[in-house]
Parts: sequence; C-alpha cells; structure tokens
Amino acid sequence: MSGSDIFVFVDHSNGTVAKTASELLTLARSLGEPHAIIAGSAGDFELAKSTLSDFGAKSITLLESSEINNHPSSAIARALADLASTKNPRAILLPSTARGKEIAGRLAVRLEAGIITDAIALSSELVATQSVFGGSTVVHSQVTKGCAIVTIRPNSIEAAPAPASADINSIPVSASITAKITAREPAVRGARPELSEANIIVSGGRGTDGNFAPIEELADVLGAAVGASRAATDAGWYPHSHQVGQTGKTVSPQLYIACGISGAIQHRAGMQTSKTIVVVNKDPEAPIFDIADFGVVGDLFAVAPQATAGIKARKG
Amino acid sequence: MKILVCVKQVPDSWAEKKLTPAKVLDRESADAVLNDLDEYAVEEALRIVEANGGAEAGHTITLLSMGPERAQEALRKGLSMGADNALHVKDDALAGSDALTTSRILAEAIKRENPDLILTGTESTDARMSVIPAMLSERLDLPHLSFAGEVHVDVNARTIKSKRMTDEGVEAMESPMPAIVTVIEKINEPRYPSFKGIMAAKKKSISELSLADLGVAPSEVGSSGAWSAVNDFALAPARGAGVKVTDDGNGGGALVEFLAEKRLI
Ligand SMILES: Cc1cc2nc3c(=O)[nH]c(=O)nc-3n(C[C@H](O)[C@H](O)[C@H](O)COP(=O)(O)OP(=O)(O)OC[C@H]3O[C@@H](n4cnc5c(N)ncnc54)[C@H](O)[C@@H]3O)c2cc1C
Ligand SMILES: Nc1ncnc2c1ncn2[C@@H]1O[C@H](COP(=O)(O)O)[C@@H](O)[C@H]1O
Repeated sequence: MSGSDIFVFVDHSNGTVAKTASELLTLARSLGEPHAIIAGSAGDFELAKSTLSDFGAKSITLLESSEINNHPSSAIARALADLASTKNPRAILLPSTARGKEIAGRLAVRLEAGIITDAIALSSELVATQSVFGGSTVVHSQVTKGCAIVTIRPNSIEAAPAPASADINSIPVSASITAKITAREPAVRGARPELSEANIIVSGGRGTDGNFAPIEELADVLGAAVGASRAATDAGWYPHSHQVGQTGKTVSPQLYIACGISGAIQHRAGMQTSKTIVVVNKDPEAPIFDIADFGVVGDLFAVAPQATAGIKARKG
Repeated sequence: MKILVCVKQVPDSWAEKKLTPAKVLDRESADAVLNDLDEYAVEEALRIVEANGGAEAGHTITLLSMGPERAQEALRKGLSMGADNALHVKDDALAGSDALTTSRILAEAIKRENPDLILTGTESTDARMSVIPAMLSERLDLPHLSFAGEVHVDVNARTIKSKRMTDEGVEAMESPMPAIVTVIEKINEPRYPSFKGIMAAKKKSISELSLADLGVAPSEVGSSGAWSAVNDFALAPARGAGVKVTDDGNGGGALVEFLAEKRLI
C-alpha cells in the first residue's frame, strides 16, 4: 500500500452492506486507492465481498470476530486503529451515523489524528464541505495533523459501481469487551426503505394527531420512508428511530414531504438539505413554508389521500 | 457513589447561529444556555441518586464544564436543578479548542475526581459532533454505554444496565462501574429548578481549574493546537421562494402535478 490509501469503514447488518459503503467507496476512488474494512464474522464477509469489489475496493479486510458486533464500537475502533497504524492511510472514511461517529471519535484519539464529522463532500485535497446551522451555512475545513478521519453524511455522494478485483484479507481480533450487549430488539424495518438511505421521505408531525395512516399510504405509493417530528415520537405515535432533526436523523433525500409539521429550527436542522421540499400544513404562517419548494395550505387528511390517489392513478 | 456530569454552555438552540469573521461560532449574538441535551444527563443523575437512597446515602453529583467565564451560568443552572457542586475548567488558552483537545482536558479533570459514574448528553447543540463521550471512553479506558434511553444502576453490585436506542433498534447493555453513560432525550423530562433550588445553588461551590492545575501546556490547546481548521465559510444560497397554494379541494392534485413536473414521480 502507499500514501494514497483511503480506508473505508463498511457498515453492514449480518453481511448486508449498508448503502453508505458504496457511497464511501465511490468517494474514496476520487481520492486515492480505496480499501474496504469490515468487522464481523466470516459468514458476514462472504455476503459482503461482492458488493465491495463491485464498487472498486482494491482490498477488503475483515476484522474477524464473532463477538465484535456485540459491542457498539470500542473493539472495532481498536482493531481499525491497529491496522491504520501499520498501513498509514491518507484518510479514513466512515459513515456519519451514530455508530460511525463513535468509531471515528475513538480512532481520532488512538491515532492522534484530526476528525471532521458530517461532511457532505470531500475534495481531492481532502477539503471537507459541511452544511451547518440547519443548512444555513456552508463550511470548508481540513484536517491539519495526522491521517484525516472524516465521517460522510449518508446520501450525499452518488454511488457509482466500478468493479475491481480485490485482495482479500482477514485479521482475527480478540475483542475485550467490558460493556456488553445482552439482548437485541432490531428495529422493525418492514418493506419501507431505511430513513437515511431513502430517496423520498414522507414525514408526519403533531398535525397527524396520532394517525399516521395517510402518511404511510403516501409513502408507500412513492416507495418512500416514513419520518416523524419529535412531537410525534414524543407522543409515542411513531418510533424514535424515525425522528428527523437535531436529535434524530439528519436526512438529505431527493424529496422530503412534511405533513403537519411546523418547521421548528431543530426539525429543519435534520432535513433542510433535502433537494426538494414539499409541505402540507393548515397554518399558512408555519415556518416550514419558508423552506418549501412547493407548499399546500390545507388539511393533511384531505391533501395527502388525494395526492396518494392521484399518484396511483398516474401509475395506472 | 460519586456521579460526574459533563455539561456545556451553548447558544440557545432556538437562535439562528452564525460564524464570525474569525471563523468561530458567534457566541455573543445569541443567549447562552445549558445545552438542552445535557439537562437530561443532569436529570438522570438526580434520578439515579433518588433511586438509590438519596444524598443521605452518601451519593454526590458533580458537574464538569470546560468553557469561558460565563459557562458558570450553565453550571448554576445544573446546580439549581439539584447537583451538589461543580468544576469549571477555564483558561484563555482554551479558546478555539477542537474535540480532541476538549476530550483531553475533560479526561484530565475526570481523572482527578475519580467518579463511579460519568453522564453526558448525546451532542452539544452548537458543534453537533457527538464524539466527546466516545473520546472520553477511549482516553479513560472506561466502558461506554451510548444512546441510553433507560439506565439502572446497581450500587452494591457496581453494575449498570441500559437500553441503547438507535435506528438499529433497542439493545440491552450491561457494564461494570465505573463507566460513561450518554443519555438520549427520550430518557426523562428534566425538572425546572425550584425557587428553593435556585437559592440553594447560589451557595454551592464552583471550583475553577486552570491548564496549569491539569498539567497541560497552553501551546497544546486552543486553535493553534487543533488538529483541524476551517478554511472558509459562506451563507448557503437561500432556497428560492417556493410556490404556495391554498387547498381549494384540489391541493393534493396540485401537489401531484408539481411532483410530475419535477420528474419526482
Ligand atoms: C434540544 C432540542 C432538540 C430537538 N430535536 C428535535 C428533532 O430532532 N426533531 C424534531 O422534529 N424536533 C426536535 N425538537 C422539537 C422542536 O422544537 C419542535 O417542538 C417539534 O419539531 C415540533 O413538532 P411538530 O412540528 O410536529 O409540532 P408542532 O410545532 O405542534 O406543529 C404541528 C403543525 O401541524 C399543523 N397541523 C395541525 N393539524 C393539521 C392538519 N390536520 N393538517 C395539516 N397541518 C396540520 C399545525 O399548523 C402546525 O404547524 C427539539 C427541541 C429541542 C429543544
Ligand atoms: N466543553 C465541554 N464541557 C463539558 N462537557 C462537554 C463539553 N463539550 C462536550 N461535552 C459533553 O459531551 C457531549 C457531546 O458533545 P459533542 O461531542 O460536542 O457533540 C455533551 O452533551 C456534553 O455532555
């Protein structure tokens, strides 16, 4: 390997590679030689390999342990840092997700390397672009000491395949685990796409009054994910994992449809970089209209079902 | 049991934030408050003490903050909620510190205190990096229970159980003490300081720590010691004024027309 190596940390669920991995590999190809690193069991690896070489990984390294994913991040960060200190990559890219950021923070400490989180682009000089303060300000920043550790916001890079034949390595890791996961209740995914990966999101807020049926029906006819405001998740109308905003997910879909959401600054912070924003709200003064490309002042219980029917009719 | 809670003072999360020409957050133009997300950590500390025999059982809560002079106000807020005392790391050289430095300073202060339990919020609403707690875990070599939506402390067995809530689902976690627990905003409803609490807080002690107290050289911290730098920034182009229609019975139809025009369907 050489000074142009770019490490990509691959997130996966039982071997099914997250969409972020193909985005990060696509980005890494523009910066140097992409090397994919994945943590899990040999079985996970078998499943993940072909996707990773489809997106141009020059090597794929498994940090192998059947236990490793029973700890959210410390064992992975340790193994990844050990690998990085022997290979000296130019940069390490991770997804800007809860888990990606935990690992990135630990790596920065272990490698004494600078860290930039939530970048939406990274130039060949490793200058990162961030969209901050709820999308109102664009910042360019750079790591100035050590290997650059950068977490990239999901859905901000368009993944493009570029098949390559990859070297395959496996490194056994012994995870010394102090904080253990003793039981799991995976989030119920259903047939809808994952929120941070979705191209279209339909979100509901307090205006749904607890009835998400019109939101889900519109989402399903669009093949969209369902999001929610904090008012809706706090009320228990929709699971916390669907919350969009400062303390929920930051999303950047092609299309975001907000129904019965007022547009508090903390909600906007999580969706303002969506390419197109459509709003349905019965209050013409709701601040969410300020960022809408298209807004309907009206009752969501009338407008959303009519839109659902209209889209169905077009599809024939 | 000694509980330490890391709290930060931030510009009010309701205020529009901006950068100054010096490329740092303009902290003067907005009211400074205790980071909303750290209030949940303070509240959880109070509840853990209450669930384990209260202050009478010898449990104490210390707040820790690194920040400028006025970060004291945020510490007072936490003290008026019911924390016992506070540590304020304050030094002019710290201005412009990045996450690596902040975590190092906080870790040095924590080592001096030797707490049984460290609580933090998930994110400071200004920097929004969400990396300090994991960095502390790495620096102090302590287990980290992140995204806790529920915490149970067994003082006698010296163990902690938590529910880690992320988009992957809910994970039950278990760890020995000492440990770092990062709480999410679903965990509790922070109390409002009572009048009595506010009066009592005025008498509680806030000890100041300087870099010299922590044995850290000024040249290693602040913007000159940072591992990353802002090159430039600009206001994002305003979103072009959109179209707004009033539903006259065909609002849904108009919405579909718009999506079709934009080739989104
Ligand atoms: C530290 C902090 C973090 C936060 N993090 C988040 C976060 O991550 N995500 C988040 O969303 N919020 C967050 N919030 C909360 C945020 O401030 C708002 O309280 C929340 O976003 C409001 O949700 P809402 O828009 O659904 O409800 P409301 O503000 O009550 O708005 C409901 C809207 O629905 C409209 N409406 C009502 N009925 C109908 C109808 N039949 N048809 C059409 N429209 C209707 C109303 O006109 C109104 O505009 C946070 C707050 C703090 C302090
Ligand atoms: N300067 C600080 N002083 C004390 N605690 C802090 C400081 N900065 C961050 N923290 C803690 O770390 C958490 C995450 O912050 P951050 O990584 O900055 O998003 C916060 O919720 C606080 O609990």
